[in-house]
Amino acid sequence: MTDFILILVSTIFVNNFVLTKFLGICPFLGVSKKVETALGMTYAVVFVMTLASGISWVAEKAVLEPLGIEYLRTICFILIIASLVQFTEMVIHKTSPALYAALGIFLPLITTNCCVLGVAILNVQKEHTFLQASTYGAGAGIGFGMVLILFAGMRERIDLSDVPALLKGSPISLISAGLMSLAFMGFSGIVK
Amino acid sequence: MTIPSRLTVSDTLSFWTLETERAMPPSSLSFTSSPHVHGGDSIPRIMHTVILALMPATLLSILVFGWPALWVIVITTLTAVVTEHLLVKLRLRPSPVGDLSAALTGLLLALTLPPHAPWWICVVGGIFAILLGKQVYGGLGYNMFNPALIARVFLLISFPVEMTTWPHPVGLLGEEALAFGDAVALIFTGHMAPGEVMDAISSATPLGQYRMEVSLGKTVQEALGGNYAFSYFNATGGLVAGSLGETSALLLAAGGIFLLKKRIITWHIPLSMLAGCLIPAVLFWLIDGTKYPDPIFHLITGGLVLGAFFMATDMVTSPVTPLGQIIFGASCGLLTYIIRTWGGYPEGISFAIVIMNTAVPLLDQYTRPVIYGKTRKNA
Repeated sequence: MTDFILILVSTIFVNNFVLTKFLGICPFLGVSKKVETALGMTYAVVFVMTLASGISWVAEKAVLEPLGIEYLRTICFILIIASLVQFTEMVIHKTSPALYAALGIFLPLITTNCCVLGVAILNVQKEHTFLQASTYGAGAGIGFGMVLILFAGMRERIDLSDVPALLKGSPISLISAGLMSLAFMGFSGIVK
Repeated sequence: MTIPSRLTVSDTLSFWTLETERAMPPSSLSFTSSPHVHGGDSIPRIMHTVILALMPATLLSILVFGWPALWVIVITTLTAVVTEHLLVKLRLRPSPVGDLSAALTGLLLALTLPPHAPWWICVVGGIFAILLGKQVYGGLGYNMFNPALIARVFLLISFPVEMTTWPHPVGLLGEEALAFGDAVALIFTGHMAPGEVMDAISSATPLGQYRMEVSLGKTVQEALGGNYAFSYFNATGGLVAGSLGETSALLLAAGGIFLLKKRIITWHIPLSMLAGCLIPAVLFWLIDGTKYPDPIFHLITGGLVLGAFFMATDMVTSPVTPLGQIIFGASCGLLTYIIRTWGGYPEGISFAIVIMNTAVPLLDQYTRPVIYGKTRKNA
């Protein structure tokens, strides 16, 4: 039990995928303009990441390893992630067309979100068990979502600020992301 | 008819009567929008009061750590003010230096620095605080992070050695104290005279000592007793190694209460922050008193009091609503305890506050009070 809590704390706060591993930066900057979109993206990513890490673990242990074809890991995992994203996309399209429109291109882009593939491959490298792998995926997704939502809140406020002309838009967002990463370094050392 | 710059209550009332009775032709009426009764608060006045509240602790730090401390405070404050002036001038706007906010930022940053910080730490910190902490967002009122703290975090990560060299408090005039000339040499060149090494008089902060020794398997009592000889009396009074302003809990608390009395800050953030740190401290202390120090230790060491009264309460980077402030304060306190106890930075309060700064826009948005007559759902 402690093991799982540690994995969660580690992936959400200490080794946050966005702020310390710098994975998944593209949706982090792309869908953080509004808190509501960020929330929708969070649900989608947590769902995809948890399932992707579980299923890719099964694929690794049940197919790739027994057949000795680990060199196909990348293509296999990408296929799993892509079908999961396709599924999520269909569900969101049917249940919430507004969210579907708001997420736009970034929804199919979860497929190539390095965060998701990163989790699946790290699970193999860290030799996690099935439950550990799923927890790791869920934690990474929640960590990603947390900073995405926090960042979206900040950007909504920055939009109302009197930012110098040369820093308006992307520059100030990147500076804020950097400062946020600086702040989150405070968690370093809590869990290795 | 000229518009009086400030109307009193009676002015407003007579004004109203005149208007309703239509005793005067409409053209001679003047209208001003509310509020007509103004408390007289202004940014310079608030900043001035906060600086005043910090003065006892600042003066004590100079008294305890000697001339170098004075230099650190002067250089940091001056850098902050000059940076602010130049940056705003670059935007072709009137210089806001007179509102004292840059001076306060500089002073707060200086109070988080080690007493013998070299001059370039002070300068880099001052520039970072104003440039990246404040002016890139558009200046006072727009910054996302507490400028002084984000600069301290930056310095701590970038220059860990300089930022964690804590001299033993030798006093301003005592026998071991540094002469004025030596202090200048120390800050600007890094050494006093050829051959003399600073390490001779450095020591660990109480929190650093506790973390280091306990991680080596000792008990709290062993870590703080023995050669280290931690004393509650000295720690409360500020006579221990540490950052300039982190040391005297007593004078900082006095300054904080002064701010409360002056209604510059409200009780929500300081109280919830102290509770957020001390309640877990009590719990863990009761569970295992040999591994976790008592709550009094947590209260009087490090920057908890400075953070709770002066840093977390920064008007720009803390939530507006009372509920938001309580959540904000309690989370700051809890994070402080977590980082102090398990994290890699024993003096973790600055991290706790800047981490919570990122959540302020959301806290403001989701703790909005409900307008009278509406429910939360259809507000």
